[in-house]
Amino acid sequence: MSDSLLKIDGDLCIACGACISTCPFGALSMGERIVECDGDLCTGCGACIPSCPVSALSIPESTVEGTKSAAEWKDVFVVVEQSDGYIHSITWELLGEAKKLAASLGVKVGSILIGHDVSNLVSELTERGSDIVYVADREELTYFQDERYAAVIIEAIEKYHPQVILCGATAVGRSLVSRVAVNVKAGLTADCTGLDIDPDTQNLLQTRPAFGGNIMAVIETPNHRPQMATVRPKVMKEAEIEPGRTGETVMLELADAILKARTERLSWESTEGPTVNISEANIIVSGGRGMQKPENFKLLEELAEVIGGGVGASRAAVDSDWIPYAHQVGQTGKTVCPSIYIACGISGQIQHLAGMSTSDIIVAINKDPEAPIFGAATYGIVGDALTIVPLLTAAFRKRLGKD
Amino acid sequence: MKIIVCIKQVPDTTDVKINPETNTLIREGVVSITNPYDMYAIEAALQIKALAGGDSTVTALSMGPPQAEAILRDAISMGVDSGILLSDRAFAGADTWATSYALSKAIEHIGDVDLIVFGKQAADGDTAQVGPGVATHLDLPQITYVRKLGEITSETITAERMLEDGNETIKSQLPCVMTVVKEIGEPRLPSLRGKMAAKKAEITVWKAEDIGCEPDKCGLNGSPTKVVKIFTPAARGTGEIFTGEPHEAVNALVEKLIPVIVGASN
Repeated sequence: MSDSLLKIDGDLCIACGACISTCPFGALSMGERIVECDGDLCTGCGACIPSCPVSALSIPESTVEGTKSAAEWKDVFVVVEQSDGYIHSITWELLGEAKKLAASLGVKVGSILIGHDVSNLVSELTERGSDIVYVADREELTYFQDERYAAVIIEAIEKYHPQVILCGATAVGRSLVSRVAVNVKAGLTADCTGLDIDPDTQNLLQTRPAFGGNIMAVIETPNHRPQMATVRPKVMKEAEIEPGRTGETVMLELADAILKARTERLSWESTEGPTVNISEANIIVSGGRGMQKPENFKLLEELAEVIGGGVGASRAAVDSDWIPYAHQVGQTGKTVCPSIYIACGISGQIQHLAGMSTSDIIVAINKDPEAPIFGAATYGIVGDALTIVPLLTAAFRKRLGKD
Repeated sequence: MKIIVCIKQVPDTTDVKINPETNTLIREGVVSITNPYDMYAIEAALQIKALAGGDSTVTALSMGPPQAEAILRDAISMGVDSGILLSDRAFAGADTWATSYALSKAIEHIGDVDLIVFGKQAADGDTAQVGPGVATHLDLPQITYVRKLGEITSETITAERMLEDGNETIKSQLPCVMTVVKEIGEPRLPSLRGKMAAKKAEITVWKAEDIGCEPDKCGLNGSPTKVVKIFTPAARGTGEIFTGEPHEAVNALVEKLIPVIVGASN
């Protein structure tokens, strides 16, 4: 057995074997006296650690000195997501978290606002809790471009040394800050669902789901700054508006050279609509194979409209061309976590559950009482979705006074 | 055109179950598969090879334990020309920074690469950070979330990418990094000829020193982030199933949901 990343404390291990089946890579086995770990298989993911009743398992720390000591790292920054002069709601969620973190650290909240003709958005940001708004306003920044936007954020980091940077775990956010983090050698944690400050070390504690939501990991960046995180939409509470609250505005001066771009936008086709952007929907009505044919998705659209939600779908429905891919929830589709997820005629394969299991309330409507979706459901009705959904729509319509 | 497709071996998540007593992950046997998103990356790379024509080649590159060789053979059976595995204890414990560093060093070592294709993310970590990370290490442009390929010339590639609120057509200079989504096309099945080639193929294996990786930038030492705690999410209680006549069940459900719906719209 060769050296592995996982350390097993031989004095503590009681050879109970509880950890063995928890390894996603099959690296653990029972040795002569204690459990052993195969170094060729261990990836250091730590999935085994909580299974040990005597805390004998650990992963060592890096011994390399990071960027933390290189400067004085100060405020908590938020990367504003805006398009066409409209700030996306994820930004308000980030500001809500940033305010909380900045208060624990005794520092300020800064926002990085990137675009063209965007200065009218500054007051919206200060009213939501931003103390300082850093504005990069250039024609070259009219629409999102990975290289240019990343260059602006790198510039802001080098000049103002934020200790924490939060960005939305959206398509744009993930593309953007991955570039920034590699460039400045920051730690970056994807898709966080919880953020906190460690009271002893002042490090940012980042909680995120892994292995399709089967386990949760808490991640820290001990020796590097800034500590960067993308935050899953619709998980955090929005910062409240304090009318009339003001703050400082700092215009970022950008050299032409940093705005180079090797990509250009040839065209843009908006798919925005009330039923499309399910990543940001508070309520999702989702359909699977049990909807039987594309026309029946109308039933879901009607229900979604009455209760103010978006329409999602399982892979089976998308693969049958009943609804476009943009609606697909689950592995190979979108990850969503609305307040209410109504699964209609969806059996609940683990790949689907991976994309919606963190929703607050899950409602399952399925003919088959044995369908795995009922195992994940908060509420369920055993019945044909084609019968139940129209009844639900009518009942909600009546109850909400939308007759 | 020289095309690299980066792929990862991941545990098959259909295999993962939670032990309800201890609330920890259990796995029956260990089945590892090609990351499902990377199947689309392989498909995209092969489509690009066909579009570019000439003497284009596709090389599959993976970082992982020695047995990750299997997914490189699977890629070859689908039509990829060759496979390279980065396998070294020095890479263990890598976060997305160190992973993208190692892959970028390998790509530099291969040399004169025109296009690097990734799946949008890996099914075990779900970060979507490694593709853009490699682009940055190599100082290359990127097109993420590609759903459709457009024109390919010796100097540029045009592709349509899918963002939350729309589809954007982008033209990028080559070399460039692309990450692809499912709409790029169903992954092709292995051909008989491909299977034969996969059986016979020599998979190149590189260690950290073979590709000039600095030890401080690899694996655990090169990773700014550190996992401090792992826990299993609180199990959901057993759900409440409404029975009875359909309209009774529906009314009971509506009463449960109304406060949340009214609350959400305020």
